[in-house]
Amino acid sequence: MTGPVVILDNVEKIFGEGASDQVHALKEINLQIEENEFISLIGPSGCGKSTLLRVVGDLIQPSSGVATVNGKSANQARLDQDYGIVFQAATLYDWRTVAKNVQLPLELMQYSRSEKELRTQAMLELVELTDFASHYPWQLSGGMQQRVAIARALSFEPSILLMDEPFGALDEMTRERLNLELLSIWRKTDTTVLFVTHSITEAVFLSTRVIVMSARPGRITADIAIDLPQPRNADTRSSVRFFELETQVREELRISEGGQEPERKPA
Amino acid sequence: MSERRQRIWAPILILVALVILWEGLVTAFNIQQFLLPKPTAIVGNLVQVVVVGSATSGDAEEEASLGNRFLVVLPGGLSPERQAVLEASRWLSFPLGSRDVFVLRGSNFMPILAASWFTLKEALGGMAMGTVAGIAVALATTRWAASREALLPFAIAANSMPIIAFAPIMNNWFGIDNPFSKMAIVTIMIFFPIMINTVRGLTSVDSRSLELMHSYAASDSEILMKLRIPNALPSLFSGLKVAGALAMIGAIVGEYFGGPRIALGVFITQEAALFRFATAWAAILVACLLGIAIYLVILLAERLALPWHQTFRA
Repeated sequence: MTGPVVILDNVEKIFGEGASDQVHALKEINLQIEENEFISLIGPSGCGKSTLLRVVGDLIQPSSGVATVNGKSANQARLDQDYGIVFQAATLYDWRTVAKNVQLPLELMQYSRSEKELRTQAMLELVELTDFASHYPWQLSGGMQQRVAIARALSFEPSILLMDEPFGALDEMTRERLNLELLSIWRKTDTTVLFVTHSITEAVFLSTRVIVMSARPGRITADIAIDLPQPRNADTRSSVRFFELETQVREELRISEGGQEPERKPA
Repeated sequence: MSERRQRIWAPILILVALVILWEGLVTAFNIQQFLLPKPTAIVGNLVQVVVVGSATSGDAEEEASLGNRFLVVLPGGLSPERQAVLEASRWLSFPLGSRDVFVLRGSNFMPILAASWFTLKEALGGMAMGTVAGIAVALATTRWAASREALLPFAIAANSMPIIAFAPIMNNWFGIDNPFSKMAIVTIMIFFPIMINTVRGLTSVDSRSLELMHSYAASDSEILMKLRIPNALPSLFSGLKVAGALAMIGAIVGEYFGGPRIALGVFITQEAALFRFATAWAAILVACLLGIAIYLVILLAERLALPWHQTFRA
């Protein structure tokens, strides 16, 4: 594909526009995402990073400005089923088994029966949950549920993966393991990822670029290229360059918050 | 396992203790049977135990009639007529020492059974209609949000209608002997709990689940089939459990305002009017058992339909 996958041109979002308590969630957002990039959005809570993700995914309409995805409007991209999406909560359907949850988008997209089973099988292998295909979500741990959600998002090979703090509710050990898994999946599938997080370590470790945002109104205050070598692994976190980049992101966050020390996440 | 056993046995033990206490107190204080019959007098309408061959008994009155007593002791050497009666209504018999024990169908067993069957059909028919109507309106209000505001006041009005005031009108509309008049009462009674529970289930969908569907560009009907309806099933079953209890009540209350002799509500009022309170109590007991049976059937259906639901997570 030629040209950027996502182009945000002067996107604004105001909630409750005209009301006295209107919220200026996004202001003058200009952003280009190239194919196969891994972009993290980081910023204080309430900075509009989740709103931005939803504007890209056409789940929220911008007040002004244009979101172009794969050379078409975000709305057309959604109708063409270009998006896979993963939330902080796994959002699995309780009444479906793990395999049936992974198949949900395939059912909606009218895949043939054999194709559905083939892809479900492949996805469950990818997230290493083959043995749990016929389990119900409540029988799984939080980390396993989130892996099912990732398998579901990837099952139809969307060109863009939107992830809204997908590992935010997990413990640090599980989070680090899933970070590694996500990177290996990303390398295998050539997906472009837009990843919302408030963990500096996670953002630096995963991304090819980290976008720093400020709150009220939500603006992009820094765009930091992460030039750590690929493939990344557990050793990456202990490299000097990793520490430098982490410090740089932390510094940018501090500036974006107007000099206040941002809330430090445990590493 | 022992906890499970305890859950089953504890209520049974309490029930047995209460029945014995009831029997004892009524006997001790010599309470008139029209105030409160003894449990044995009530059950005697449905089942009787006859012991034949007792040496101690030879009462001429007992010889004359079995009555509706639960336990009857007769001397040996029965007349052929009496023998024939015992054989005809016998469920089972077995020797006990030198005596013979007969377990008989009580004299009111068949009438009560027939009346219960008639009333049960009314209750189930009304339940089917009320459930279909409740689900249909719930689906309509979910599909067209505007219709919710339009229909909800009527649903609430139907729910606040005193059903006792409504019963004679239904009898008048559909005919006093027509089972449909009672089904209509049951329908109105259970419509509201079914509808309101289904609406709640259809609309209380997690916003992330909806966003997920939108991200796949799912249509409204796909969202309904794959998200809203499965999400509504647990609350629909809560509504059904409420409705199951109401259905028997509705049918019997409807019959109090008139109905065929064969109906349970009519049977109870007539037996009470004739001062045969033990028989009326026996009919109430059977109505109660039917209500429990309906509840258990719904519980079983729920377990089969929702194996994933948290209620059944072991």
